[in-house]
Amino acid sequence: MTIVFDTLAKIGFFFVLIMGLVVVLIWMERKGAAFIQDRTGPNRASIGGVRLAGLVHPVADVFKLLFKEDVAPANRHAALYNLAPWLVMTVAMSTYAVIPFGDYLTVAGRRVPLVAADLSVGLLYVLAIASLATYGVVMAGWASNNKFTFLGGIRATSQMISYEISMGLALMGLVLVFSSLRLTDIVAGQGDLIWGFLPKWGVVVQPLGFILFIVAVFAETNRNPFDLPEGESEIVAGFHLEYSSMKFALFFMAEYAHMVIGASLIATFYFGGYQIPWLPRPLIEANAGLILTLKLIGVALISMMIAMLFFRRAQKEKGKFGDARDREPVLGAGLWVLVAGGALAGLVLKPWTIGPVGADMVASLLQVMAFVAKVVFFAWLFIWVRWTLPRFRYDQLMHLGWKVWLPLGLANLVVTALVMAIV
Amino acid sequence: MSQKLVERLQQEFSGEVQAVSNPQGDETIFVGRDKLVDVLTHLRDTEGCEQLSDVVGVDYPDRDQRFEVNYLLRSWKNNQRIIVKVAAGEDEPVPTATGVYRSADWHEREVFDLLGVPFDGHPDLRRILCHHQFEGHALRKDYPIEQGQECSRPEHLFSDQDINAAARRATNLVTELEGAGDEIHPSDLLTVNLGPSHPAMHGALRAEVLIDGETIIEARTEIGYIHRCFEKEAEDHTWAQVMPYTDRLNYCSAMLNNSIYASAVEKLIGIEATPRAQAIRVIVGELSRIIDHLVCVCANLVDVGALTNYWYLYNVRESIYESLEKLCGSRLTTNYARIGGMSHDLYDGFETEILHKLKEMDKGNSDVMKLIARNGIFLDRTVDVGVINQEDALSFGYTGPCLRATGLAYDLRKSSPYWGYENYDFAIPTGTSGDTHDRIMVRMAEMVQSRSIIVQALENIPDGPLNVDDHSVVMPPKEKVYDSIEGVMNQFKLVYEGIQVPAGEAYGFGEGANGELGFFCVSDGTGNPYRLKVRPPCFPIFSSYAFLAQGGMIPDAIATLGSLNIIAGELDR
Repeated sequence: MTIVFDTLAKIGFFFVLIMGLVVVLIWMERKGAAFIQDRTGPNRASIGGVRLAGLVHPVADVFKLLFKEDVAPANRHAALYNLAPWLVMTVAMSTYAVIPFGDYLTVAGRRVPLVAADLSVGLLYVLAIASLATYGVVMAGWASNNKFTFLGGIRATSQMISYEISMGLALMGLVLVFSSLRLTDIVAGQGDLIWGFLPKWGVVVQPLGFILFIVAVFAETNRNPFDLPEGESEIVAGFHLEYSSMKFALFFMAEYAHMVIGASLIATFYFGGYQIPWLPRPLIEANAGLILTLKLIGVALISMMIAMLFFRRAQKEKGKFGDARDREPVLGAGLWVLVAGGALAGLVLKPWTIGPVGADMVASLLQVMAFVAKVVFFAWLFIWVRWTLPRFRYDQLMHLGWKVWLPLGLANLVVTALVMAIV
Repeated sequence: MSQKLVERLQQEFSGEVQAVSNPQGDETIFVGRDKLVDVLTHLRDTEGCEQLSDVVGVDYPDRDQRFEVNYLLRSWKNNQRIIVKVAAGEDEPVPTATGVYRSADWHEREVFDLLGVPFDGHPDLRRILCHHQFEGHALRKDYPIEQGQECSRPEHLFSDQDINAAARRATNLVTELEGAGDEIHPSDLLTVNLGPSHPAMHGALRAEVLIDGETIIEARTEIGYIHRCFEKEAEDHTWAQVMPYTDRLNYCSAMLNNSIYASAVEKLIGIEATPRAQAIRVIVGELSRIIDHLVCVCANLVDVGALTNYWYLYNVRESIYESLEKLCGSRLTTNYARIGGMSHDLYDGFETEILHKLKEMDKGNSDVMKLIARNGIFLDRTVDVGVINQEDALSFGYTGPCLRATGLAYDLRKSSPYWGYENYDFAIPTGTSGDTHDRIMVRMAEMVQSRSIIVQALENIPDGPLNVDDHSVVMPPKEKVYDSIEGVMNQFKLVYEGIQVPAGEAYGFGEGANGELGFFCVSDGTGNPYRLKVRPPCFPIFSSYAFLAQGGMIPDAIATLGSLNIIAGELDR
């Protein structure tokens, strides 16, 4: 019974994490794009004048899309048409089952591993599920009964087939190094140090594999420069051209969910997952009191600094808008003062005297935070690349996939195998 | 040199060619219809006239042969122009020039469409600007302009026979390339409409493509979606009233359009703008060229998926538009030139403001170059895409950056300078291969040259009067109107009767942002144009689009279209 409860809790955690990250990523994408392109970005939607730097926009978008009319083409294949967005979204969410987001957490004396399903074939599961997402795209393209969506579906299929293989080959190198298909083993293996100072991260032992993998992941998430299935200037909007309202929103959210997964996979396979370099778990547990104290002080200091910035803005921009927006900096300053106050109040509880149970929780928390930080960084990388590069052409993408990436992947595998055999 | 051309032609075709006197100095000859193709072929092969700039039909209902068709030829090699005239009565076909110049195809279709002159032997004589259900010919003088017509049925550009033929051709091609290939059935081919409403079609253009996979086997284009018969509208207005319509032709570089129109009319009147007005025309013209190039390049980069560059360039355009708005009061369809001068002088601080904006332009351009110049994906997408060689480009009537991208240093500002362009020091950037990449890079380089011209012009802008001192052309100043009887009369005549342009015809042209922009003006001495024909640079360029798109893929076709800089406003008029 407890195991069912544990698993449900972990699934819940992931659901909240992904959906939360999706909202944050949409915001990050729009603000990031605006930053790169010398624009302001979203700054209109507000709740009582508080715009949260545009964070209210994704919420407003959701409401807009929920209440929009669902326009569907008359000659669609109804069953497939309706199934496609759900398939894409479900597949996007299910990859998460095998990704470890922390080592373990001790709950009531039980060691609960922080992964929803610790499969012995986790890596194969990831590859299998990842290719399923294409079916959703192809179904959407076919069932919409439109030439542009159809072309989008074809592009998605060919792209998927081309990059699936190099992705698999890249991961095989990793499997040779860590001798396991289990994701928890791969991450645990990355906690070691090479020659006592270099973290044994995937990117260190498999640099070429990392490059192959990251490109394949970009191709699999259908993001620029591989956004051919959408190819907005060529085939209008590609596979989701005929979707509107919440069905479109599902495709839209699935794109970001895929980004979260792509980022998580990069972090898990090549950047040590939840591992913090030079800070293995026993060390964290031994010094939990010190770490927690420093952390609280750090949070307090940073929050105070942010609060100061808000406070200065409040003084400078007094009555600038003449409406509810004027409250924004004051509320912002107040919020960050509260955070700082909370952190300082935590110090009253003498965190340096923390016991073993608390130490375990601190260690788990730190690891989860390290994981999320890595995921957010790589998600930002996705955004950064999207707004920097042009789009490939269909045949150039095939060329890269089959004639460059595939031989490189094979070479990487052979060299890794030879090195492993010798060492 | 110039007078000799007509003489040489008269010797060559003894008695068949008559010289027509033209006070504006345009070489003009008249030939019989049966000799037309011979004369054109001779001009192309022996006299070096590589290009047919335009075909202009004019309707004179009172004459025995009511239609006069003018062939405007241009030689880049010998830097000369000649106008060849033929006359045709109603239902008397003119032999087609499509065998001599490829650009004749669309130009003749236009004359057929708007005037109803049939062309004998034309391969595809259909309407081009008007809808296929449209009846009558709008530019005939007896066309009832009040009459409305309902045109509702869309036209399929490919019939079943066309698709079958295309499939056969594709099969042959595959067999030729790969030895033995699978047969391509007509059912393997998919017709896809790119446009008229498509994110990458810049304006309402339509290209129907026949694709196998994503490879375009055959493409056909249809234009005219925003045709409003500007030329007919012009006949109903005074010469000065036409001015605001010219902005709407190429709305990306409106000031160039109205300056060149003003020059064309000035040429017909026989006056020249004052040095100050000319310098101002150069400045605003080059600013317009920069704006036009910025829009073209940034939209082209969006077409290949590099969205960020759009803002780096578009912000600059926006900022330059602020100055132009200050200058003339409107934002997009900026209107500043007048026949005989400009509407008013520059404002105080214009110079420093423009110099500042040029710095912004440098920043935007260098940011973009950093992003694209050595970007492998960008190079893959544009190098050797949409290639046209020099010979084809000339035959299709290419001018401007698209022609220069093929390696031909041909610029009207150099070859036949106007507005004092001979006094400025600037280079003509050229490409080498005539592909999309070269077209983008030529535009980027031209912006630098335009910048240098503006700086030179701002430094040396002459003082002196802005407008010509002739109040039968330019409105008299208000104090003259109030204080003198001549002033009142001048004002009255100009407002009620318009500028009295002497009867005659003249072809005024200049280097528009996208190539040769010309106005063929015919006046009968009344206040209105008798015939005003625009030679939009992108009309002949777009006529080659189907040729460029064939054999490439859909993304190539999109990238190519962006680099051609087609402006629907002047394409469809």
